[in-house]
Amino acid sequence: MSPPTEPKLPAGWDLVVGLEVHVELDTATKLFCGCINRFGAEPNTNVCPTCLGLPGSLPVINERAVELAMILGRALGCQVNRSVMARKNYFYPDMPKDFQTTQYDQPTNSDGQLVLPDGFVVGIERAHIEEDTGKSVHVGRSGRINQAVYSLIDYNRAGVPLVEIVSKPDIRTIDQARNFVDELRAILVVTGVSDARMEEGSLRIDANVSVRPEGLAELRTRCEIKNINSLRSLGRAIAYEANRQIDLYEDGSAPQQQTRHWDENTSRTTPGRSKEDADDYRYFQEPDLVPLVPSPATIAAIDETMPQLPVARRAALVAATGADSVAARILVERAQDALALEAVAAGAEPNKVLKRLVNDLAVDDWSNLDATALAELIKMESAGALSASQAKQVLADLVESGGTPQTYVKRRGFEVVDTSELKSLLEQLVGDNPSEWKRFCAGDQVERKKMQGFFTGQIMKATRGKADGKMVAELLNNAALVG
Amino acid sequence: MAQRITRDEVVHVARLACLTLTEEEVDRFTQQLGAILLHAADIESLDVIGVEPTAHPLPLCNVMRADVVERSLNPDAVLAQAPEVRDGQFLVPPVLGDQP
Repeated sequence: MSPPTEPKLPAGWDLVVGLEVHVELDTATKLFCGCINRFGAEPNTNVCPTCLGLPGSLPVINERAVELAMILGRALGCQVNRSVMARKNYFYPDMPKDFQTTQYDQPTNSDGQLVLPDGFVVGIERAHIEEDTGKSVHVGRSGRINQAVYSLIDYNRAGVPLVEIVSKPDIRTIDQARNFVDELRAILVVTGVSDARMEEGSLRIDANVSVRPEGLAELRTRCEIKNINSLRSLGRAIAYEANRQIDLYEDGSAPQQQTRHWDENTSRTTPGRSKEDADDYRYFQEPDLVPLVPSPATIAAIDETMPQLPVARRAALVAATGADSVAARILVERAQDALALEAVAAGAEPNKVLKRLVNDLAVDDWSNLDATALAELIKMESAGALSASQAKQVLADLVESGGTPQTYVKRRGFEVVDTSELKSLLEQLVGDNPSEWKRFCAGDQVERKKMQGFFTGQIMKATRGKADGKMVAELLNNAALVG
Repeated sequence: MAQRITRDEVVHVARLACLTLTEEEVDRFTQQLGAILLHAADIESLDVIGVEPTAHPLPLCNVMRADVVERSLNPDAVLAQAPEVRDGQFLVPPVLGDQP
């Protein structure tokens, strides 16, 4: 999973990127009604008069959604404001009421920052609450919206609570853009705000991309790139778009402000509609909802119960185990850092704990595995009682069924054959194979090596592979010295 | 009296709402909307410096509901309202442009 190498921009140009990240909040119900908020249900099964925009229905905001939005705001160091909801009017069938309820000039969170793992700071303009729209599938010759014959609409997603996080145009490299999303995702997961799964659409990225001659401070015309559905696409889309704009400038032309779509198949961005002015959405305050005014006590309570954020958790893991930054990032992302810390505190060798977890615990559910059992397993591995591959198998057993490592060591027959048993086995082999023994004792280095292989093989056969190879070699050599 | 709204603005707003207006309708709506805006402009004659903008006519805030699941509608009943349906989804005519 090594990061792709950063695509290069031509010399003399600087990249300027701002990201808009939509995140679905991990609530039980939608933002304005009691319909279930769940991905993957049968189409149009989680809908009601409110999220279908039927006449006479009225929205009431979900208090958990508001709380999660404020938790994210505080995790990003934002100011949490008095906010009001607004209607963003437009004419697409993905919202049956012909507007999306969002926040406009008075967002819940504003003026925060996100610190990337390397210390680079990206400003957060705002993080506001809004509802998701329905899902449309365009059916036509190419599946593209411009050539659609008709569209199919599923309103299960209409009204799902979102927070849209808008960064300042502070991002200067593709790596920073990817790290921004990665770090944001880690924060969303540890705070329980969202499961942040790009593949399920619960985290979606739009990138505002512009370029400018190196060293200039001006912000030039930007294009908003949509339809980016993985971190890999994010890097490729930004690189493509920046190069497209540079080409235009170098040809004496200039980009137009517009929305463009990333096409994964052709690795290009293609123009969507021209960017409408904000006025064209005819925003106005939502008359059916009253302002949200968080009390200082509410905000203080959020701060007090804020879980330890990824940056602090990585630092704690590094301090206690000497983990490198990659391992720290992986384990915190998987929420296995506490397990590692406990196992190390219980006396397990830090290096081996990290290695085992990073390499062999990429699983969704490891709730059967407790830190004490993990520590015992690692201790057995460190003491040489288990080989690396045996330890890996026992770890899989513990994840599968819990319990202590001893149970599985016994069940799998991983107990080490002890020295006296090996010695008597060896004596018997020497007696049965006198000429091989002679060749081992008197032979040159090649001959000796060959015969060591022979005896080791015999012993492994007799013990069904349970003997420790290193110990066998030692016994052979000692016996040869004695004669 | 200055014109409150131009013909072009009316045409623009109509386009945003996907309305097709005849020339005669554009003229009529320009006049009618102008009259409404003129009425609303009365507020401009008042001194509102120092008055808090009103977010809502009711003096309420933080009206919220618990995050508790309620029953959704029966999908068959929902889809029965639609002019066209396919695969449990609403079938709509193609839309140009993309979602906001």
